[in-house]
Amino acid sequence: MNSLFVGPSSHRNENGAMATTQERQVESMSRTDPSFHGVSPTYDRIRKIKQNFFFFLFRAAAAINGIALLVIIYFMVVNGWRAITWEFLTQPPMQSMTKGGILPCIVGTFALSFGAIIVALPIGIASAIYLTEYARPGKVVRLIRLGINNLAGVPSVVFGLFGLAFFVVILNMGVSIAAGALTLGAMSLPVIIGATEEALKSVPDTYREASLGLGATKWQTIWRVVLPSAMPGILTGAILGISRAAGETAPIMFTGAVFFTPKLPTSIFNEVMALPYHIYVLATAGTQIEKTRHLQYGTAIVLIALVLGMNLVAIVWRSRLRKRLK
Amino acid sequence: MANRRQTTEKSMQTMFFIIATASITILFLIMLFLFKEGLPIFKTVSVKDFIFGKYWYPTSDPADFGIFPLIVASLVVTGLSGMIAIPLGVMTAIYLSEIASYRVGEIVKPIVELLAALPSVVIGFFGMVLVAPFLQKVFDIPTGLNMFNASLMLAFMSIPTICSISEDAIHSVPGALREASVALGATQLQTIVRVVVPASLSGISTAVILGLSRAVGETMVVLMVAGGAAMLPTSIFDPVRPMPASIAAEMAEAPVGGEHYYALFATGIVLFVFTLLFNIVADYIAHRFTQVGEASL
Repeated sequence: MNSLFVGPSSHRNENGAMATTQERQVESMSRTDPSFHGVSPTYDRIRKIKQNFFFFLFRAAAAINGIALLVIIYFMVVNGWRAITWEFLTQPPMQSMTKGGILPCIVGTFALSFGAIIVALPIGIASAIYLTEYARPGKVVRLIRLGINNLAGVPSVVFGLFGLAFFVVILNMGVSIAAGALTLGAMSLPVIIGATEEALKSVPDTYREASLGLGATKWQTIWRVVLPSAMPGILTGAILGISRAAGETAPIMFTGAVFFTPKLPTSIFNEVMALPYHIYVLATAGTQIEKTRHLQYGTAIVLIALVLGMNLVAIVWRSRLRKRLK
Repeated sequence: MANRRQTTEKSMQTMFFIIATASITILFLIMLFLFKEGLPIFKTVSVKDFIFGKYWYPTSDPADFGIFPLIVASLVVTGLSGMIAIPLGVMTAIYLSEIASYRVGEIVKPIVELLAALPSVVIGFFGMVLVAPFLQKVFDIPTGLNMFNASLMLAFMSIPTICSISEDAIHSVPGALREASVALGATQLQTIVRVVVPASLSGISTAVILGLSRAVGETMVVLMVAGGAAMLPTSIFDPVRPMPASIAAEMAEAPVGGEHYYALFATGIVLFVFTLLFNIVADYIAHRFTQVGEASL
């Protein structure tokens, strides 16, 4: 086929190998087979120009995502890097939050998001084990999945309302780490279930068969064979869950986080400050919004670094895992 | 011994089943508490006046609890953000699965994921302190905190959802379909537009609906950027107050068990019903029009 190819090809290589081969085919056919009238040279040129134009648009669309991410991070860093000092990270806010640091917010965010994961991880893993290892397709599974999908779609502020009505008021936890962490845990449950299911499914069936063949029961197989091989994938999901919980604001506004408390928490029934809520408070309701701009940017940088850092670790870890499985 | 093992097996299975229903239980509890705390408002206002009432003055005396401006704000902001996010998200998905080389894809995919991971409060903050002054200057408008700004910021929150689910759908189109199209002499673009996209349309629709559902429920962005005026908008540069913003902004001041508190929970019910409908439609499309290889065309 290549020997029949006579046309110039230098400008066609832009769109990847597949397009070029296929254009070669068309061209060679139209030139050698007199009965082939499918593509006239003009039409061919027009559709090639069209393709280049649209491929440019597709590339531009993809590029916009990267640009958006870079622009946001760039402006946060440029405006806020001066605020990041050792004191900023290790001191409580001072002088009605116009000076000082964000230590209570960092501690609070860690407490809330780790609390959330402690709640969500066991429930999420167990749900995923049921769905992938035990359940047979049917109405029950369909219903459970519908529940998970809809839980994933519940707006974050509605989780906040639920946490307020149930954990804070009915269970009388008050605005506390416990109430906030339970609310965030409920919210990150679908993320954990999804990641765990993916991890369990990627464990080859031969592992299970080998274990069952040696006389192990189903539970022994899951506990000693399937879970250990799926653990890295599950932990990746857990990291993603923590990072999502750490960045959320609306669910903790009424349940765990408060405007200002200089004390570090000593029990899970203490109220805390949290990074995302602190940004919101300083930017919209602080006493001196303009004067504390650098603190707002600084807090935003710390939050971004925390969340994106965890995500990067998870992404890199996961891509290594996938390569190993291949 | 065998008997004991069997009992353990049975009880393990039952335990996992019970835990697996936790998601449904939580969803049920959410509904229960929304209704428990939201329905009492309808002793004061009728359902019709609540949903279609044009005035939202929850703290004045006598208070007005009409959330029509809030519903309109939510829908318009979501619609506008969809106009930006749907083309961008779907095109990025097409680029990633059909055009990009493996190497470029390995870089772009994490970027989209990181965009998804950006906390909403950061995007809201960005819209507030950087985009708003910029818009105000460029368009010469009284405030940069308006519907347009909120839609723009929301779009970047729903693009990752739309993109990743669409990409999965496009990725699962069998290679044989592409090869057949190419063998018939179609260009790669023609193959994408006439074969790949139609074949994955159900997945792309699911992606779009879930993306919009995320935009409807997103709170921090609209709270910080939309401007907060509970009025019916007349232009895209008007400030608005979508439902989540109203709930988040006012809940702190609303005393537990008061009318305002009930009204905010009732707003939560409306919001919840919106996203529930979106999700059920998405679920229906995904199952009703499942791609079964070549048969889906």
